[in-house]
Amino acid sequence: MNIFALIKRTFDTEEKIVVSGGKIQEDGAEFIINPYDEYAIEEAIQVRDAAGGKVTVVSIGGEDAEKQLRTALAMGADEAVLINTEDDLDELDQNAAAYILAEYLKDKDADLILSGNVAIDGGSGQVGPRVADLLGINYVTTITKLEIDGTSAKIVRDIEGDSEVIETSLPLLVTAQQGLNEPRYPSLPGIMKAKKKPLAELELEDLDIDEDDVEVKVETVDIFLPAQKAAGRILEGELSAQVKELVNLLHTEAKVV
Amino acid sequence: MSKKVLVLGEVREGSLRNVSFEAIAAAKQIADGGEVVGVLLGDAVAGLTGPLFEYGADRVVTVEHPHLKQYTSDGYGQALLAVIEEEKPTGIVFGHTANGKDLSPKIASKLQAGLVSDVTSMEGTGDDVVFIRPIYSGKAFEKVKVKDGLVLASVRPNNIAPLEKVAGKSGDITSLTVDITNLRTIIKEVVRKSSEGVDLSEAKVVVAGGRGVKSEDGFEPLKELADLLGGAVGASRGACDAEYCDYSLQIGQTGKVVTPDLYIAAGISGAIQHLAGMSNSKVIVAINKDPEANIFKVADYGIVGDLFEVVPLLIEEFKALKVNA
Repeated sequence: MNIFALIKRTFDTEEKIVVSGGKIQEDGAEFIINPYDEYAIEEAIQVRDAAGGKVTVVSIGGEDAEKQLRTALAMGADEAVLINTEDDLDELDQNAAAYILAEYLKDKDADLILSGNVAIDGGSGQVGPRVADLLGINYVTTITKLEIDGTSAKIVRDIEGDSEVIETSLPLLVTAQQGLNEPRYPSLPGIMKAKKKPLAELELEDLDIDEDDVEVKVETVDIFLPAQKAAGRILEGELSAQVKELVNLLHTEAKVV
Repeated sequence: MSKKVLVLGEVREGSLRNVSFEAIAAAKQIADGGEVVGVLLGDAVAGLTGPLFEYGADRVVTVEHPHLKQYTSDGYGQALLAVIEEEKPTGIVFGHTANGKDLSPKIASKLQAGLVSDVTSMEGTGDDVVFIRPIYSGKAFEKVKVKDGLVLASVRPNNIAPLEKVAGKSGDITSLTVDITNLRTIIKEVVRKSSEGVDLSEAKVVVAGGRGVKSEDGFEPLKELADLLGGAVGASRGACDAEYCDYSLQIGQTGKVVTPDLYIAAGISGAIQHLAGMSNSKVIVAINKDPEANIFKVADYGIVGDLFEVVPLLIEEFKALKVNA
C-alpha cells in the first residue's frame, strides 16, 4: 500500500500570540506538527503495519519544516519529502498549497492519503478536499475510524458530534479528527533511525511548476488580536447574594436573559 | 456587473438550520444590491423554500433526487455544480458546518476559486467586502479579501445576524433536474448521539460542564438550568474524556464551536482548546472553585464557588425572574 501523510508545521497556539505590523511574530515561538496531522501520521503507520507498504510524509514549507518531518520519521514513517517554496513564493493560500501537493502526488499512485482535518494556525480545513478533487479521487473528512480491507474502506465520520458510517474504496483521501487514534511519541531508537531515513527536498522547479502556475486567490490584508475584554467581574459576598447579583446583571446590564 | 450570490441552505431533521438565514445575510452584503438565490438540495425539499424567502432570498433553486437524501460530497457536489452552471453566480455562501466544511473546498477547487472559511464577521460590500475570521485557535483574527473572480465563503453559525424575517414573503422557485451518478461513498448508517432539542452550535444559551461536574449525574442540574433558559448543554473535553457525557457535547477546537449570547461555564478550567470553541460568546459566566482558573480570564462575570451550590441557586433565581417578568 502506497500511503502519504500531508503534514504542516504550525505555531504552537498554546503560546502567547504577538501581532505587530499586521503579522504574527514568530521569533522564539515553539513550532510543532499540527496536532490533527499527528493523527494522520499515526493512522498511516498503523495501516502500513497491517497491510504492508510505505508511508511518505510530505510538507510544504521552508527549511525549518525538516524538524517536523524528522519527528514523523521517528514516529515510524519511511520517507519524507519537503517541498521547499521559501525561495519561490512569498505567499501561499489553500488553492496554491493544494495545487502544489497535487502536482507532487499526481504520478505517485497513492492508495491512501491522510492529513489533519484542519490546521490550528490557519484553521480553514480546505487543503485535503482540494487535493482530492485535483487528483480526482474520493475523500472523507473528519474521520474517527478507518478500516481497510483490500481496496475497500469502512469509515466513521464525525458530523458535529453525530457519526456516519461510510463505505468507500481506495484510492482515497481522508482527514483525521481527534479520536481517530492516540499518536505515539517517537522512541529513542526511532529517533536514531530517523536520522538515516530519506528526506528529500524539492523545489517548484523539480515538480515542473512555474511560479505563475501557483495562483493565490485570497489575501490576508490584516491580522489583529481580539479586542481586550474589560477584566471580568468576580462577584463577592455571600454565595446567595452573588447569585442574585449575577442574575440581575445578566438581566439588566448584559441583557442576555 | 450585477452580482448574483448563491446560498446553500442546510436542512437538519426536516427544517432549515439558522445558519442558512445567516448565510443569506452574508450573501446580501456580498451581492451589494444584486440577486441572492437560495439553493436547496435533497430528496424532498420543495416544501422548505418559504423560510429562505422570508429571510431575504430573492429566488430559490431546488434540486431533488433520491441520491440527495443524505449528504455525500459526490452527490451534493454534482447537484450544486449543476446549479452553478445554470445560474452563473458571482459568489457562493455556505454554512461552516460539518457538511459545509466538507463540500465548500471541493466546489472551490472545481471552480478554481478562492474560499474564505469560517467567517465570523464582514466589512464593506460588493467588491470591497472584507471577511474577518479567527486564526490561531481564536487567539487572533485575520481580514481576508478574495483577489478577483468568484467569491466563496463559509460562515460560522451564530455570528452573522440574519436579516429581519418578512413573514409570508415568497418568490420564484426553479426546480432543476440533475443526473446524479457515480456516488463513491455510501452512508450505511447515521448514529445520532447529540441530544434532542436545541442544536448546540446554534443555541442562544449554553450551559457547559467540565471535570468539576464529577459524574454523569452531575450534569443534571446543568441540564435543568439549560432547559429553563431555552438553551443547550455542552461540555469540555475533560468531562467527555472522563465519560461524564457524550463527545457530541464537546465544545472546543475539536468538537463544536459555539457563539451563544450567554455561555455559562461550570467547573471548567479553561484550556486553550476549550477557549477556541467558546471565547467569542457574547457574555461568559464562569463558576469555578479555583479562583486561579484560566476560565476567569475570559469571563465577563465570575463566581468563585462550588457549582453544586451555585447552579441550584441560579435555577431558583432565574425561576423567580421569570415569575416576576
